[in-house]
Parts: sequence; C-alpha cells; structure tokens
Amino acid sequence: MDMIIKFLVAAVGAGTPLLFGTVGEILTEKTGHLNLGVEGMMSIGACVGFMAGYYTDSFMLALLLAAVAGAFSALIYAVLTVTFMANQNVTGLTLTIFGIGFANFIGIFVLNKSPEGTLKLPEKITAAMRGIHIPGLSDVPVLGELLFSYSPFVYIGVAIAIISACYLNRTKKGLSLKAVGENPGAADAAGIKVVKVKYVNIILGGAICGIGGVYCSMIINGGVWISDNVGGLGWIAVALVIFANWQPSRAILGSFVFGAFRVLKYYIPQSVLPFPIAFYDMLPFLMTALVLMISSMRKSSRINLPAALGLNYFREER
Amino acid sequence: MSTVTSKQHQEPLIRVVKRAELTAGRMMLLRLLAVFLSLVAGGVFIACVGQNPFVIYGTILSGACRSVMAFQGTVKIMIPLLITSLGVTLAFKMKFWNIGAEGQLIFGATCATYFALFCSGMNHVLLVIVMFLAGFIGGGLWGLIPAIFKVKYDTNETLFTLMLNYIALHIVSYLRDGPWMDPGSQGFPKIARFDKNASLDKLFGIQFGWLIALILVVVVFIYLKYTKQGYEISVVGESQDTARYAGMNVKKIVLRTMFLSGGICGMAGMIQATGSDITLTTSVAGGVGFTAIIVAWLAQLNPFSILLVSFLFSVLEKGSSVVQSNFGLSTDCADVLQGIILFFILGCEFFVRYRFVLRQKASCSGACRKETEG
Repeated sequence: MDMIIKFLVAAVGAGTPLLFGTVGEILTEKTGHLNLGVEGMMSIGACVGFMAGYYTDSFMLALLLAAVAGAFSALIYAVLTVTFMANQNVTGLTLTIFGIGFANFIGIFVLNKSPEGTLKLPEKITAAMRGIHIPGLSDVPVLGELLFSYSPFVYIGVAIAIISACYLNRTKKGLSLKAVGENPGAADAAGIKVVKVKYVNIILGGAICGIGGVYCSMIINGGVWISDNVGGLGWIAVALVIFANWQPSRAILGSFVFGAFRVLKYYIPQSVLPFPIAFYDMLPFLMTALVLMISSMRKSSRINLPAALGLNYFREER
Repeated sequence: MSTVTSKQHQEPLIRVVKRAELTAGRMMLLRLLAVFLSLVAGGVFIACVGQNPFVIYGTILSGACRSVMAFQGTVKIMIPLLITSLGVTLAFKMKFWNIGAEGQLIFGATCATYFALFCSGMNHVLLVIVMFLAGFIGGGLWGLIPAIFKVKYDTNETLFTLMLNYIALHIVSYLRDGPWMDPGSQGFPKIARFDKNASLDKLFGIQFGWLIALILVVVVFIYLKYTKQGYEISVVGESQDTARYAGMNVKKIVLRTMFLSGGICGMAGMIQATGSDITLTTSVAGGVGFTAIIVAWLAQLNPFSILLVSFLFSVLEKGSSVVQSNFGLSTDCADVLQGIILFFILGCEFFVRYRFVLRQKASCSGACRKETEG
C-alpha cells in the first residue's frame, strides 16, 4: 500500500512537465498550427528560468521569466508560420534544434564562469519548490499525501489545464479559436481576426511550455544544471496531445498516466514482470503510436483533431 | 473588391499579395541576403557572450579545414548527414512529412549490426554487401510502416514517424542491455566492437561511405529529375488529385517512395555504425535525422545543393569543436547558428513568393490599385 502511494506520487511528479507541454501544445494546435518546437520552447524556458532563479533567488521571477522566454520563442514560430507562411514542420523542428542548442550553450557558458564548477540553485528556491505542507490537510493519512504533498508546480499545472479547458469550451474566445483551427477561411468570413487569434494562442501555448521547461531544469535534477535537461519530454508532450484528444482536461489524466509509465520501472520488481528496462522507456511512445493508429482506424467523429492542422492560411487564396 | 465596400470597410494597413515569379538571379540574391543577415544575427549572439564574431567565424572555417586530419573529420561528420538528407528529400518531394529519418537510420543500423555481430566470418565483400542490404531493407521497412497507415487510414505521418524514432532507439537500448551485450565488457552495457572483417574499408583515409554518398547524390538527382518514378513523386507532391486523375496509383507511389526514403536513411545508419563507430550505440543517429530535414529544406530539395549545404553544416559542426577548445564556447554553438540561419531562410522564402502592400491613399482609385497588383 505504501509502495502504491509512493508510486502514484512519483507518477504525478513525473507527469507534471508533460502536463505543461501538452496543454501548451493543445492551445497551439487548436489554431491549426502544429508546433514541433515544444522541446525547444521548453528548453529555452528551462534555461532562462533556471538562470533567473540562480541569479535572483526569486521563485516567482524564475517562473515568470521562463514563461516570457517560452512566449518569445513561440513568437519566432508564429512570425514565421503565421505571417511568413513558412512550412510548419520545418519551422518547429528548427525551433527545437535552436532551443536545445541555445539552452545547452548558455548553460555551459555560465557554468564555465561559476567558481564552484557546478550550477546549483540557492536553498531558498529549492525550498519553495519542495512539496507543500498544509497543516491538517497534508497530515490526513493516504489522501494527504496523494493530494496535498506536491510541489507548487503540480497545482499550477492542473490549474492551467482546467482554466484552458474552460477557455476552450466555455468562452466565446475559445470558440473563435476552435473555428480558426477547423476552417480559417470560414472564421475569417465570420469576422474573427484569424491572425490575431493565431498569434495570441501560439504565444500563450509557448508561455505554458516555458513553465514546463523550468520544472525540468529546477526539479528533476534537484536544482543542479545539466545539459539536455528536458531530455525528450517535449516530444512526449506532442504525442500526449493526441492521447488527450486535444482536450486540456484529458491532458491532466493523460500526463499523469504517462508519468506513471516513466517511473514504472522503479516500482515493478523484475521478479514480478520480467520486462527489460528499455520496454518501460518505450512504453509512452508505443502507447501513443497505438492511440494514433487506432484513432485513425476508427475514424470516429469524436476525434478532435483540428481540420486545418498543418495548413497555413493565406487570406487572398481562400 | 468594389469601391463601395472599400469605403465601408477600411483596408488593412499592410496586406500580403502574391508576387510574379522572380528571376533566378534575384531569387539567389534574396537568399544570399538572408544568409548574410543570419550571419550578422549569429554574430550579434556571439558578441553578446563576449567574443569577437569575426574571430569565431574565422576559427570555424579554418578549424574544419586546417589539416588533412581535420578535413577528414569534417567529411566523416558529413557522410551520414548527406545520405540522410537525400533520403528525406524523396519523402519531402512527395509532401510526406517524414520526421522519422532518425528512427529509420537507427533501425537500418540495427539490422546491419545483426550481420556484423553474428556473421562476421563471412567473406568480406559479401558481408559488406549483405550489411548494406540489411541496412537498406531495415530502414525501408521502418519507413514503410507509417506509409501503410497513411495510405490505408490517413494516419498523421508526422506524429507517427516521430514515435517510431523513439521506439527504434529503445530497441537498440534493449539489445545493448540484453541479448547483444558485449560479454567481454564485465556487465557494462555496450555492444561489442565489430570485427575488422565487418567494418567498412577506408579510401583516402576516410571510410568509403563518402564515395557512396557522392554516388547517391547523382543517383537521387537523376531519379527525381529524369525517371518516370521521380516524375510521379513530384506530381503526387503537388496534388494527389491530379495524380489520381492522370491514372497514377497514388498508394503504390507513396509506399514505394517511403520505402526508398527510409532505405536510404537506413543505409546512412549502416555506414555510420560499420564505418565510423565500428559498433552500435544509442547515439548512432545523434540528431542527424533532424538536422537532415533542415539541410534538405535549406537546399530546396536539390541533391547538389544538399551536397553543398551538408558540407557547410559539417564545417560548422567540426569548426565549433575547435572553437570549443580554443575559446571555451560549447559545440552547441553550431546548433544555435544552424537554427538562426534556417530561421532567416524560412523568413526569406516568404519574400520570394509574396510581398507586402501598404494601404493605398483614399484618393487612389481602383485602376491605380490594379496597377500595383499586376
């Protein structure tokens, strides 16, 4: 029992960076733009947020600057694909290569200047990131640990996902966003400012990815900077969007399930299930590929894939 | 738009119109300008970290070609990049977004490794040929899977090929940790070094993969430009409906092209494993599959331009390792510069096809507007 609780708690922790990346990418894809730069935006957010924390000791500032950095990198993508109508796949991939390179470059650059030879976040920040403790609530057996023991990031992530779900499904702006992703020509004719909607949501998505990135650099390695700290999570997030069927609320469950896949190998003894470690590492990708295959085979109308995904919109050609 | 409506609704301040075809010279000029601007932007970045951009650029250029050894190193980096770029070009020409070159490369290398490890006693020439075939078929099959699902169920190929990259990667890490683990490594998970009989021969001090790469440039060029199959690929890429109307079997073309595309990438993996690494590691691809997409795109899917661009990218990569040892800047500098260059080229392509038009003065009549649009 104790083991199961520990496993669930670990799964939520491992799933949180995915949650940010997924929700950010859902908002982006709902505009009809497939941004393969999630990994890059998360890396840039990870780097800028970490450095902000390292130099200023402020947790909030680190979070804010990570979001700004993510938004800024998404802006590059938006300018190129929305205004300049560049190929979305290539632009996104470039953003990923650029972002990872930039983050590693800056990381090593600062590392070379630090007298200790490592970059470690100040104690003040690591304390702020550690699990919260609400007297009374957190002490309730089982439930306390399962619900009230996480890093503030987890609650921020869930809150962002729920807000995004309401935004998409309950507001007029969300409706315009979905219209743009389904049929930008029709949306334009209906008086929706297509370009503005695209810019706003792509940048918003980038900001959310940036926050996910700072989780990777601040928490996963215990507050010590290492290169490649996002380590492919951005790509899993792109996959999770499909798994979550483009719904932020399902992204919460999906990212925790994928988080569980990621930590499964530490909790299942080899004697119980004799799978090789590599199989567990493969599991998230295998599951996504299966979801992708099955969902396209069923051709169900419940699939929320935006119809105009991947297609640039040129007003004078509609 | 009639004058009545334009009075009611104000035209946007800036709008985009298609422009007439540019001459080849002006197109070239625009792209060179973009490259120049990207080098300026990269220079600003270098200056921001406190180095002299001219010195750094100079070091990159001289560092990659300063000696025979250094040049050989540059070519060694270039071989898998060039071959993989040629591979993705086939798929991209068909507008099939094959992001899975990384996985096809890995799987091709894995299939070739099977023969390198377990049939190393074979006649050398025969073994090399078998390994080439294994690499080609392995990569081809890995590329065929998403193609089958694409033509049958219209499964999104971008995301599917992406997932297959990671699946291939973890197959290698499974083999490394289990069945193929080097018994002589005392439990350290790695695959044994190949027998000398199972590694590629050298030609002018570099593994002869470079010769294959050069031959492939010509073959792919001819295939795309002068064969019926190559023509079919470009028609399917332009419009599947047109292809169908012309009586082409689109499904067959997609499957065949993806098999070839994946196969060429798989061959790159085989060459990297048996020619450069002399073993199979999880980093056999090391991001080449993604960089290749950038190379192919920068080169406008022209095989000879791909040769040039992949050489320049290899110079950048090799040169930045010299920059690392001389100035303490990490080799990630190369990725940053590659990214900046492509951002500018992507932006520049817009100006090749379109132009901005500012809002006309209210006095300007319809006739005057027609003139500017023409």
